[in-house]
Amino acid sequence: MFIIKNKFVFLTISAVIVLASIVCILVYGLKLGIDFKGGTLLEVNYTTSVPDTAAVNDVLAAHKLSDAIAQPEGASGFSIKSRPLAEGERTSLISDLSIGGQYPLTETNFTSIGPSVGAELARKAIVAIIVVVIFIVLYIAFAFRTVSKPVSSWKYGLIAIATLVHDLAIPSGVFALLGHFQGAEVNTLFVVALLTVLGISVSDTIVVFDRIRENLKNHVAPTFAETVGKSLNQTFVRSINTSLTVILVLLALFFVGPASTKDFALVLIVGMFFGTYSSIFVASPLLVLTEAWQEKKALAAKKK
Amino acid sequence: MWKKRFAALLILIIGIALGFFVYKSEPVGGHAPARPHFLTSYFDKHQMPFKLGLDLSGGTHLVYEADVSAIPQAQVSDSMKVLRDVVAARVNGKQVSGVLGVLEPLIQIKEGGVGAKGSEQLIVDLPGVTDVTQAEQTIGETPTLEFRLKSDKPAPPVQATVDEKGNVTLPMIDPYAQYISTGLTGRYLSSASVQFDQNTGAPYVALNFNSEGADLFDKITKENIGKTLAIFLDGQPISTPTIQTEITGGQAVISGSFTPQQAKDLASSLSYGALPVPIHLVSSELIGPSLGAQAMKDGVRAGIIGFLVVAIFLILWYRLPGLVAVVALSIYVATTLFVFKLMHVTLSSAAIAGFIISIGVAVDANVLIFERIKEELRGGRTVSDAITAGFDRAWLSIRDSNISSIITALILFFLFADSFVRGFAITFLIGVLISMFSAIVISRLFLRAVATKDQSRLTAFLFGSGLSSAKANVVTTK
Repeated sequence: MFIIKNKFVFLTISAVIVLASIVCILVYGLKLGIDFKGGTLLEVNYTTSVPDTAAVNDVLAAHKLSDAIAQPEGASGFSIKSRPLAEGERTSLISDLSIGGQYPLTETNFTSIGPSVGAELARKAIVAIIVVVIFIVLYIAFAFRTVSKPVSSWKYGLIAIATLVHDLAIPSGVFALLGHFQGAEVNTLFVVALLTVLGISVSDTIVVFDRIRENLKNHVAPTFAETVGKSLNQTFVRSINTSLTVILVLLALFFVGPASTKDFALVLIVGMFFGTYSSIFVASPLLVLTEAWQEKKALAAKKK
Repeated sequence: MWKKRFAALLILIIGIALGFFVYKSEPVGGHAPARPHFLTSYFDKHQMPFKLGLDLSGGTHLVYEADVSAIPQAQVSDSMKVLRDVVAARVNGKQVSGVLGVLEPLIQIKEGGVGAKGSEQLIVDLPGVTDVTQAEQTIGETPTLEFRLKSDKPAPPVQATVDEKGNVTLPMIDPYAQYISTGLTGRYLSSASVQFDQNTGAPYVALNFNSEGADLFDKITKENIGKTLAIFLDGQPISTPTIQTEITGGQAVISGSFTPQQAKDLASSLSYGALPVPIHLVSSELIGPSLGAQAMKDGVRAGIIGFLVVAIFLILWYRLPGLVAVVALSIYVATTLFVFKLMHVTLSSAAIAGFIISIGVAVDANVLIFERIKEELRGGRTVSDAITAGFDRAWLSIRDSNISSIITALILFFLFADSFVRGFAITFLIGVLISMFSAIVISRLFLRAVATKDQSRLTAFLFGSGLSSAKANVVTTK
């Protein structure tokens, strides 16, 4: 089978992308959103005419918010990110943003999150990732408990974890890149997107493994590598088609959906794409490699 | 065969009925349709709109941290409940009086959990309220009730100053400087209620002090007979009775020229006087109504476009089974939306995203089945045999592949109890569960209803997929 024959090519591609992602994360870092680190996001909409960014920055400086970031949003809006604001600060800032009543405005969105709330949410997000990974690994070990020859079930689990790391690393890397160039921030939705990718991409891997399990039982091919190849042949159209349908709805969400879930959809699109790639081009080749490596060890043991 | 077709028709009708209900039970722009019809008039009376999250309806989300350090560990949970009721009463009170236009306030306690670092939080969601300042004042304000004694000393003379230019400056005067605090405040109240004078029928507010307050009241009245003991509410005297005798037993009366409603408001604001636990705001969020409406519109549009694109893909690639899947998927969408309404699932942007993704996942099960059926057809089975075998073999894969999504959704649901993440988890979970049912039961029934024993080229084309027909597949694999 094509994929198994060229397994080193596909594994190398994956390794390079994962490495690049890790480098991106290490170099650029992930920018935390205000829901994790605490802070204020204020969005205003000017009803008649819009002041320029410099004028808005002057107002911010007058409020001792020089580290705040003001960005024009759409044709007539501004979004301002700053440290947490008290109620009094908020009202006086909004009235000053009209610059002496010259530019009437309405407040469209205000979010202020205390640092303690943010820290708690960040802690929860990390717990969620750990718990989901543990449960999925347990589930894989359970689902494949009856498969032990020629590759034992816990190795299926290990390989599934390797693909999980792959599936998490790449969207995170893309997000680090986006964070650096576009100011994208890691928020709760990002974590939820990653976990959803985990759930869906693991199910993809499971369907392939499931077919391998069935074909091993029915002895459809003489060697393990051929059995895996045949299983891939039987499942890859399905893998691609199912991911394609999810990606199609995600594209709709990304292009026409609400602004608040755009980044969320993007993480999912990247994650789904590479999640499917990993279940076809990474998980199964790794399985074949494991078996080959076991064989080699067994032969070496026999020779002694 | 005909039995199956009848069952399929029945399910189709149920699906259409559910879709009709979901659509019709949604209020149309606040106006009842003009056409008098028995169905329309039914739905005019029985509206069941989707429950919208704050980010779609617009509103205010406030998170307060409660300082429970002074409260014994065992009583924390109870005091938090009292706190929640007090805040709820205040919000509802303002709602009744029309100051806050709250649609359906949601006030929740978030337990701090175990460990010394755990903090108790009160989360207040006020849909439709876009004035944060007003909302905060409503929740944070503490009506102060105070008993003050009028001192015998006359008010000090006012010192006016005149500067060189002849401008006269008067100092700020406290008009109630004569009234001196007694230390007896609303803190010592155990209850307040409205009573009516038996002779005149005039309403008054009866106060009951706790034992500490009763002792204090006793002492004050005993030592100051003949003096005026004024009752101040929020710094204003509302009643200035004169002490006739010593009052024991801790009961007092506030009489004045109240209307019954004023007396009632006063009694309730006094009984819900001070918050039992001090709170401070740690995070707040305001979503403007236009922003929410835009998000809602975008979410619905994304859902419709996503569905259409998937439907086109399914029909082009899987032909007749694809069409069957689209019908099954439509029933799936109607059923899921119906369940959302029935369970009052709060729809936020995240929840809509969860539902939209579940549409994509719902296709997964159908694709698994169709690919299996195709394989069975290649193996030389007839269409109806292939359908039966395909479903049987695909079930294990469907079950296994959905379990990991279900695990993820459940963990998110339980870990993020108070966040919008829960909305995503619940719609995703409901979506995945109903999609399994839809693929296994509805798609199967429909496919069997359209299946024939016919082996013509048309059948082969209809049940084929991609670029080849089922027959052609048989040839190429041999």
